[in-house]
Amino acid sequence: MEKIYTVSVFTENSIGMLNRITIIFTRRHLNIDSITASESEVKDVFRYTIVLRTSKEQVDKVIGQIEKLVDVLKAFVHEESEIVHQEIALYKIKTDNLTNGSVEKVIRENYARILTVDPMFMVIEKTGHVEETQLLFEKLKPFGILEFARSGRVAVTKPMKELSTYLKEIEKSN
Amino acid sequence: MPIYDALYDYTDSINHVLVRHEQGAIHAAQGYARVSDKTGVVFATSGPGATNLITGLADALIDSTPLVCITGQVASHLLGTDAFQETDIIGISAPITKWNYQITKAHEIPSVIAKAFFIASSGRPGPVLIDITKDAQFESMQFYYEKCTKIRSYYPNPELNKDSVEEAAKLINQAKKPFLLIGQGIMLSNAEKELKEFVEKSGIPVASTLLGLGAFPKNHPLYVGYLGMHGDYAPNIKTNECDVLIAIGMRFDDRVTGDVSRYAKQAKVIHIEIDASELHKIIKADVPIHADAKEALKLLTASINKNQHDLWLEEFKSAKKTEVDTLKQSAEILHSEELKMNEVIELLSEITHGEAIVVTDVGQHQMMAARYYQFNKSKSNITSGGLGTMGFALPAAIGAKFGAPKNTVIAIIGDGGFQMTVQELGTILQSKIDVKIVILNNRFLGMVRQWQQLFFEKRYSFTEMISPDFVALAKAYSIEAAKIENRANLKDALLKMLNHEGSYLLEVMVAKEENVFPMVPTGASVSEIRLK
Repeated sequence: MEKIYTVSVFTENSIGMLNRITIIFTRRHLNIDSITASESEVKDVFRYTIVLRTSKEQVDKVIGQIEKLVDVLKAFVHEESEIVHQEIALYKIKTDNLTNGSVEKVIRENYARILTVDPMFMVIEKTGHVEETQLLFEKLKPFGILEFARSGRVAVTKPMKELSTYLKEIEKSN
Repeated sequence: MPIYDALYDYTDSINHVLVRHEQGAIHAAQGYARVSDKTGVVFATSGPGATNLITGLADALIDSTPLVCITGQVASHLLGTDAFQETDIIGISAPITKWNYQITKAHEIPSVIAKAFFIASSGRPGPVLIDITKDAQFESMQFYYEKCTKIRSYYPNPELNKDSVEEAAKLINQAKKPFLLIGQGIMLSNAEKELKEFVEKSGIPVASTLLGLGAFPKNHPLYVGYLGMHGDYAPNIKTNECDVLIAIGMRFDDRVTGDVSRYAKQAKVIHIEIDASELHKIIKADVPIHADAKEALKLLTASINKNQHDLWLEEFKSAKKTEVDTLKQSAEILHSEELKMNEVIELLSEITHGEAIVVTDVGQHQMMAARYYQFNKSKSNITSGGLGTMGFALPAAIGAKFGAPKNTVIAIIGDGGFQMTVQELGTILQSKIDVKIVILNNRFLGMVRQWQQLFFEKRYSFTEMISPDFVALAKAYSIEAAKIENRANLKDALLKMLNHEGSYLLEVMVAKEENVFPMVPTGASVSEIRLK
């Protein structure tokens, strides 16, 4: 059965890691829905968060092959209930819209905020799950959206084990 | 250029072999690594030199062969500019190397090379590629070398889970029909002795994958055959009758399993494997043991009871008799004066007492060699298994001879595969190495023709081959050569080849339309193996 899975990969900070990780999905003909990367809480350890829809069996095999990469420290797979996740969306609309009171109402009701106001355009920011940022998109659509961008998912896990604990375990077993 | 200029000063300490094509270089390095337990090293220039390594990298990755390939690259300021002979070899080789790295500063060279050798040879071995930009090659630096023994993110020596071993021992002790499958992992972990002790204590029949041949002597009473598509009848059908299936250092390749959904469903599976990603990849293991084969076998042998499985072994023997009788009958029906591939291999095996290093290419002759050569020595069967690379044998045999100079090295090659890397005869000429080459010439791309006959109504679409005069070709490279067509001349010809000092090419004309049987057709279960 196919489900949404969030894969977290912790790697050394080396050139080409993104490519090395994504080709493992490509090879199995799996499409990645979103991917984000940033430094983790441990200096020089990078965290990739990859979201995809597939079967448990497939994602487990992918994890195995990702962990086999020399520069990968650890990879995890989580179901939706095991993580807290968030995305960010930016909406650019014409500043003229501000004179119309209903934009303000939409922003308030959706807990969004205005990042910047230029004489020509303004940028609204909303963080949330994809359904929430999509809902705001639908609501702003009648005002004319000049530009829209949504980030990939960032996620932290609910279990309390810290990455540094894993790193210590790894170093011990080495 | 700077690397080769430096090599000029080290001709006494580094044995550089000049090949004719980079693919030849990498297959030779594979042959060297496979027989010697050392890491093979290859140099190639940037651009086409680097891309010519691709087939060998893929081959070495799937067949777990330790290699360090060093490629030249354009100067770092030219990277990404489509400079002359620039290619993104790091990007291209990423999926087919165990690790790769681009060096742009000379000071990185010692530590990266140290890391490369450590990664290539540890854990499940594999190929590593190091790309060095031209400016880094020209740069001077203070040399400091430290051996690499540890990388934070890389765990080649898994900790053996003793509870799993106990669990496995319990299953083995209770088993009535246990069956052991071995792969190349036994040889990669140098666990031949531990394997023998385990087998002799447990009394479990042993079958081998293609790459595992030789890890356990074929003449041992507990050896029951070769697995897979063109393997033996007994081990294939018994896979679906055993109660405990133990797999060590093998990865359940589809050529071994046939239809996975009908593979050993009745058995409890114990899988000992150093590469964690192979566990449960194809066959779900009841007891997965992520470990080095040698270490796991030692502990497992200590935990099992001494046992014998005479009745179970009898079943293998009687199945073997069925196979031998049926193949004999088929041969009688087809009786012809033409030489058969198996006769050539059987005689060669007899004359060399199963002790030569046999390097094969890919196709019918490869399966015949796997079936009929009595591999009794570890690391004596060198072939391209996972990737099935035609053109592998000739260069790999050259490398094997460099890796095991005291051994007789015999390359057995088909007329098709031979012509894919035939230029390496030039390497033999120049390096004056002693490699025996047997071409089994059936004037067809035989394995494809066999499939066309069996599954495509004999529509022999582009498989018939017209080949050059191989004897004249060998002689052009100053290699002694002969051609035979008759059974009567076979023994003398083989002896003459083996007794000849230096390289020798023997072309044997064999039956045009011989098939390799038994056979598990694609999509069939191992128990549906065909004997004719």
